Amino acid sequence: MFRGLIMSEKNYISIHNSEAFPVKSIPIVDIDDFRETVITEIERGKRLASFFGRPLNESAVCLTAVIADDKRGCLQILSTEVEKSYQSLTPDCSQANCFEREIAEQWGIVPLGHPWFKPLRFHHSYRKEYDAWERGLDEEILPAHTDFYQVSGDEVHEVAVGPVHAGVIEPGHFRFQCSGERVFHLEIALGFQHRGIERAIISGDKSKIPHYMETLAGDTTIGHSVAYAQAMEALSGCLVSGRAQILRGIMLELERMANHVGDIGALANDVAFLPTASYCGRLRGDYLNMTAMICGNRFGRNMVRPGGVMYNLDASLISQLSRKLEEVFSDTENAIGLMWDSPSAIGRFEDTGKISREIAEELGLVGVAARACGFERDVRFDFPTGIYCFSQIPVATFSTCDVFARAYVRGLEIQRSKSFICEQLETITGDDIFTVPGDSAPDMAVVSMLEGWRGEICHFAMTGADGNLLHYKVVDPSFHNWNGLAASMRNEEVSNFPICNKSFNLSYCGHDL
Amino acid sequence: MIKVLMARAKQGYRTSAFPVEPPALSDRFVGAPVIGRPKCPPKCSKCVELCPMQCISRNTEKISIDIGKCIFCGKCAESCSPGILHFSKDYRMAVRKREELVLSGPVINLAEELNKEMKKLFGRSLKLRQVCAGGCNACEADVNVLNTLAWDLGRFGIQFVASPRHADGLLVTGPVTENMKLALKKTYEAVANPKLVIAVGACAISGGIYEGHSEANNGVQSIIPVDLFIPGCPPHPSTILDGLLRLMGRLKGDAREKINDSQPIPPVGDQLETRKKLIRSVIRS
Repeated sequence: MFRGLIMSEKNYISIHNSEAFPVKSIPIVDIDDFRETVITEIERGKRLASFFGRPLNESAVCLTAVIADDKRGCLQILSTEVEKSYQSLTPDCSQANCFEREIAEQWGIVPLGHPWFKPLRFHHSYRKEYDAWERGLDEEILPAHTDFYQVSGDEVHEVAVGPVHAGVIEPGHFRFQCSGERVFHLEIALGFQHRGIERAIISGDKSKIPHYMETLAGDTTIGHSVAYAQAMEALSGCLVSGRAQILRGIMLELERMANHVGDIGALANDVAFLPTASYCGRLRGDYLNMTAMICGNRFGRNMVRPGGVMYNLDASLISQLSRKLEEVFSDTENAIGLMWDSPSAIGRFEDTGKISREIAEELGLVGVAARACGFERDVRFDFPTGIYCFSQIPVATFSTCDVFARAYVRGLEIQRSKSFICEQLETITGDDIFTVPGDSAPDMAVVSMLEGWRGEICHFAMTGADGNLLHYKVVDPSFHNWNGLAASMRNEEVSNFPICNKSFNLSYCGHDL
Repeated sequence: MIKVLMARAKQGYRTSAFPVEPPALSDRFVGAPVIGRPKCPPKCSKCVELCPMQCISRNTEKISIDIGKCIFCGKCAESCSPGILHFSKDYRMAVRKREELVLSGPVINLAEELNKEMKKLFGRSLKLRQVCAGGCNACEADVNVLNTLAWDLGRFGIQFVASPRHADGLLVTGPVTENMKLALKKTYEAVANPKLVIAVGACAISGGIYEGHSEANNGVQSIIPVDLFIPGCPPHPSTILDGLLRLMGRLKGDAREKINDSQPIPPVGDQLETRKKLIRSVIRS
């Protein structure tokens, strides 16, 4: 214990959310110390918020881990340098699983001893001479063409679904190993949505960056664009006006309400409870239209930019919005309450798609999925930025870890977001909504986190000697939670997949980038 | 049961009167761009430089704008002198040919209906299979919303079906990522002839902001032929529905001139000043 304390003090730096720090201040330790520090810290109940590689020169890659200490509200960062391979962290730290596969795929670095080593997004390595699976440069890489966990025996069968699904949704491939209706294991292969955004942020046209942020996951337009704005503001030392912060908060909560209402409606639809399904479908659109009242676009496009926001509210719009919100919220309470009052609907949700608290902790789940397992984990509360520093939203949790808990937490969050927006609309002050951001400082880095409607959004940005972005890493909450969905299907019936899936409602493009 | 009935009474009838009445749009809605009659000032190319999508080109006296690439950020219009380029509140933008999305005047040749034979087949019942091929879930969401009671797509005979084998055509969103190219081709092949393809959103039409990425293609047309283009980022649900109905021959005429609010979007509060500030900062950098 004592040794661990001393070791960790020199092995990482502690920083705060959206606070710029010199790149040089990140300690570069050898790989053994790096492994030990990350594994020890995660064992102590912290979380791996981000873990990524960036090329240093022709042969070396710098691995950086961002560890979130929810209790103390700070982030710990450390780096190490590797060339071709290193001892995998995953056997001792499940949270590193997808991160290590991502690093292997992007930079051709092999995590030795990784228990389930396969590509994540199915693309060629960014370092031409290095490929973790020794595939040739001309070799065609087809998505989901890889090993899948298989169960064999009498009466065991495999169900394969996707990439093109039956509904209007994004593509992904799902493999169920079943015995009759019972699912032993679900494995999810993604990567179909990979558009190469992170690379384009660094090497592409700068004027497109805000638009990349808005389409990282189109349903989280505000979430990702605020995270980006916070990062750039920290790097350039730009102070954002209070009014802009309030407007960002209002937009973010409207985004949360719209999506949560939609998810509850989708859950109702999947258990054939049609009144709630129909009403929520319409109500989701009403929340999107409120977003459009503010910025003209239903998803909040062109609203948030580094320096502030692009659209203001005047007195008449504030009163229109308040009126509309009261009206729509009252219908929402009515529509959702109807389902809570129907034992036949609730019976389908209870005890379905359970994940134990231990598994949730081991996988490092975030957002609604974590709070439905009783974890008080919310960036707005643990690592507040902007308006959330001044106006706190109580964290909504539930402890049954099932589909019902994930639906119920959404219901609670809708209520709390509504109170927050009302309070902000009543007290909004100031006039300025935009400050022109200056140039970013050279050789600085920042971690910008935000609680999007799905959970923790984490952006890491780093500038080079010329002040331009040298590295940018996005972690969408879905990246942490896809394995949670797979875990929730263990010993479930195949026919319960739709409601388990909707209770998570994860992003494919947010994962695939 | 009594609670369900009471809720039904409270929620009321909410299906919009579209297309009989125009859709309720936000005052700040950014619709089709309009290039007015006045000539551009000599040597001015502010809009061309500001456009992150490079969808505007300057000819000798005028500009043209490709709404198949446009993401409707509105930067160009804010830098422009009055009357030359502005964004209207007109939501109708769907066309049948890609080149018709390149506007050099105020008029868009809105989608014509299917030919007689195709209209006989699909005019009253159109079953579509949706394929998301790299879409960010915004186009998908605004396609999906048409299924809700607010739009009630079924009343027009349009339905999204679960299999390409049941479909009359595909509705595709996204730039077509490399990883979805094969799946899109296979889905297309699985639809019986004759079939339709509808590209929804800037990405599906031209690759959108992912144009030129090695991980993505430049839109659906680079893979399979397209019969209807619906621009926007994402298109408003009414833009999508308007396009579908025009294709089926259930909505006719170019009543563009009749829309009386095709005026520039009025600045609200200090919005204009803010955006000017941003534009100045962009020009500087």
